[in-house]
Amino acid sequence: MTKQIHLAAHFPGVNNTTVWSDPAAGSHIEFDSFRRFAQTAERGKLDFLFLAEGLRLREQKGQIYDLDVVGRPDTFTVLAALAGVTEKLGLTGTINSTFNEPYEVARQFASLDHLSEGRAAWNVVTSWDKFTGENFRRGGYLAQEDRYARARTFLQTTAELFDSWSGVEIVADAASGQFLNTAAPGRFRHQDRFFDIEGQFNVPRSPQGRPVIFQAGDSEDGRNFAAAQADAIFSRYATYDEGKVFYEDVKGRLAGFGRERSDLLILPAASYVLGDTDAEAEELAYQVRRAQVSPATARNFIEQLWNTDLSDFDVDGPLPSFDPVVEGELIAKGRASVRQLAKDPVALANEWRAKAEAKKLSARDLVIEVTGRQTFVGSAATIAETINRFVQDDVSDGFILVPHITPDGLAPFVDQVVPLLQERGVFRTDYEGSTLRDHLGLKYPA
Amino acid sequence: MSLHLGIALDGAGWHPAAWRQPDARPHELFSPRYWASLVQEAEAGLIDLVTIEDALNLQSDAFATQDERTDRVRGRLDAVLIAARVAPVTQHIGLIPTAITTHTEPFHLSKAIATLDYAALGRAGVRVQLAPRQDTAKHFGRRDVPAIDVTRINDGSQQQLLADGFDEAADYVEVLRRLWDSWEDDAEIRDVESGRFVDRDKLHYIDFEGRWFSVKGPSITPRPPQGQPIVAALGHADIPYRLIGRAADLGFITPHSATEAAELAAVIDRHRVAAGRVEEKIHVWADLVVVLDETESAACDRLDHLNELAGAEYTSDAEIFAGTPAQLADLLLDWNLSGYRLRPATVPHDLTQITRGLVPQLQQRGAFRTAYAEGDLRSRLGLPRPANRYASA
Repeated sequence: MTKQIHLAAHFPGVNNTTVWSDPAAGSHIEFDSFRRFAQTAERGKLDFLFLAEGLRLREQKGQIYDLDVVGRPDTFTVLAALAGVTEKLGLTGTINSTFNEPYEVARQFASLDHLSEGRAAWNVVTSWDKFTGENFRRGGYLAQEDRYARARTFLQTTAELFDSWSGVEIVADAASGQFLNTAAPGRFRHQDRFFDIEGQFNVPRSPQGRPVIFQAGDSEDGRNFAAAQADAIFSRYATYDEGKVFYEDVKGRLAGFGRERSDLLILPAASYVLGDTDAEAEELAYQVRRAQVSPATARNFIEQLWNTDLSDFDVDGPLPSFDPVVEGELIAKGRASVRQLAKDPVALANEWRAKAEAKKLSARDLVIEVTGRQTFVGSAATIAETINRFVQDDVSDGFILVPHITPDGLAPFVDQVVPLLQERGVFRTDYEGSTLRDHLGLKYPA
Repeated sequence: MSLHLGIALDGAGWHPAAWRQPDARPHELFSPRYWASLVQEAEAGLIDLVTIEDALNLQSDAFATQDERTDRVRGRLDAVLIAARVAPVTQHIGLIPTAITTHTEPFHLSKAIATLDYAALGRAGVRVQLAPRQDTAKHFGRRDVPAIDVTRINDGSQQQLLADGFDEAADYVEVLRRLWDSWEDDAEIRDVESGRFVDRDKLHYIDFEGRWFSVKGPSITPRPPQGQPIVAALGHADIPYRLIGRAADLGFITPHSATEAAELAAVIDRHRVAAGRVEEKIHVWADLVVVLDETESAACDRLDHLNELAGAEYTSDAEIFAGTPAQLADLLLDWNLSGYRLRPATVPHDLTQITRGLVPQLQQRGAFRTAYAEGDLRSRLGLPRPANRYASA
């Protein structure tokens, strides 16, 4: 059976994927950028808009990192405002389960779901670092092994809060004077080693019952967490082979949790560069990668892996011949990608050196090679064909598109690629339902 | 003189039987259209700002505990998000949601209000409020909130509990304000030549350390359009008046006469000066619950009818005014404050009585604007854009 593709739009983030130096690049803060981005996504009938989150400005070597876009607005506030200027587009926010409490997050998502008439989604992320904790009451941090335990129970607790109103409580019969059909709506009680809370939830049941739940983690714990509790995964595996392996792995876990394969969507992040021809797109893509990885950005990236000051390092020459510094604190803080680098930095450095050697790449070119390759490069026809093939071959159920220009980098995709997918009958020509659950074909929670 | 007017929005109105009025929309209290239409009506009346009530617990007729009434509106939406939802569908009116300081994170709220200010293009503020109920603390399970015994409210021990709560709120507002200033206005430089997006010398750690929390900073959100969005608080006693005097731009009080209004405004003024804010201006507005009709008897009859439906005479911390828009206009001018926050007893009836009845009455007396002037909420209130505390001159 031909699968229908799901497409979403990731507002360009605070990392070097976003090319702020382009003359066409606009504000990352002003609401008008978000409005234009969201309205473009809705014009393309995309499933949803996606916002990432970071709760402390990144630092490297004890200083605020200044080469990428810095700063972002508050996720909930932007999404609620966007609900006022869109009608159908899903609104997905990344919200941390470490630096929030279930009662507050549940009432914010339930409120957003009411205010958007059923379009709210929550990308649940976890964090353990003390660095971010310095901005919050709870301070401190979680032991790394506790972060998924807390995230799981956090999500479970919010589900109990969402379900504490069934949706029939409000009768509002003016004649009889009965507003509620129960004296104690929203009653809940939850006790475990992370949360000991009870009382009454104060937001009546929202249109979707619960927001759509996204999960982004990739570890064994993260995959099981998603298979057990999530509606969709924001994955990093957008290439054909890696995507197929990840897709099969995670979908294969669902039965073990009593769920069907269609209960969880796999939606990798995907960057793209469009051209009139494939050759022109390749040339453009090369230029974009050079803009994304300036000499200074390349040096900082190498510093992150080598975990030491390389201020005088020449990125046009070879990679450092010495091994990364493995002991001591990481010099880069507030950046999830660094944790990937830190898993086995010496082995990764060897891998990079071998690759640079084999392909005769300078340090900067190597960084471009290992970080910069866009997911889809080509003419609109090529990209449409590729996306459709990937989805039909179970690389994914669709993609979360990450443009590199804010806010108008999405428009060419919507104007050129979406119509081709619609012609093939694999992407909607208009929204059929009104909620995000409708767009994603997800069940409503009982 | 020209008055300032705020309208306090809460559910179907402030009277517990408001939802049973023929024009009420009790099934829409949780819909975006409802809130947009109320704020748009206020904006059509050239009102300075709306406030939106909030709480981290269900409404209750009892002071410190949860009642089990089924004949009252129960349930509400997050006020900051309601304000954000209406921001892009309004142009002029100020948006001041309530936020609770007792259980929330100042870092989150600071960026939320900054973002509201961006979405509303300089029209945002926040009204800070404590959550003194013990059952609310159990919704979070993070701390015990000692019960305040209202029957012994003047005892030293109870006064100390109150003072602690308001001291925490003052710290909270200090953190909001420092975070709003933690980016200088020109911190984003986008210097292609050097590859630097920001000038990090213009981003500042706030390094706040207090009794209840410490916050490092800087904010993740740049300084909002107004520099410092409006901070408001409601007070009924000296301890909260001190919070208003030291931390707020806008204080709401609940006097019952012109004399009392003047006395309370003077108390807040003394706290302002004592806090070292000698050059700063603070607005002190009186709250009034309003029941308005074309004749005084119609208004009084309607209030009687509402009380009958509610099963009890409505009481409030604020003065309850039942009368005509013209009588209310006279009272507002007589009380001689810079502004008032009106709590419509029922919505939409008393809201439209304000916008279409009271406002023209005040305009005829030369006491209210006839059009919005250009400018943000601060400038409408005659408050200058504050210099950034971290900027080196």
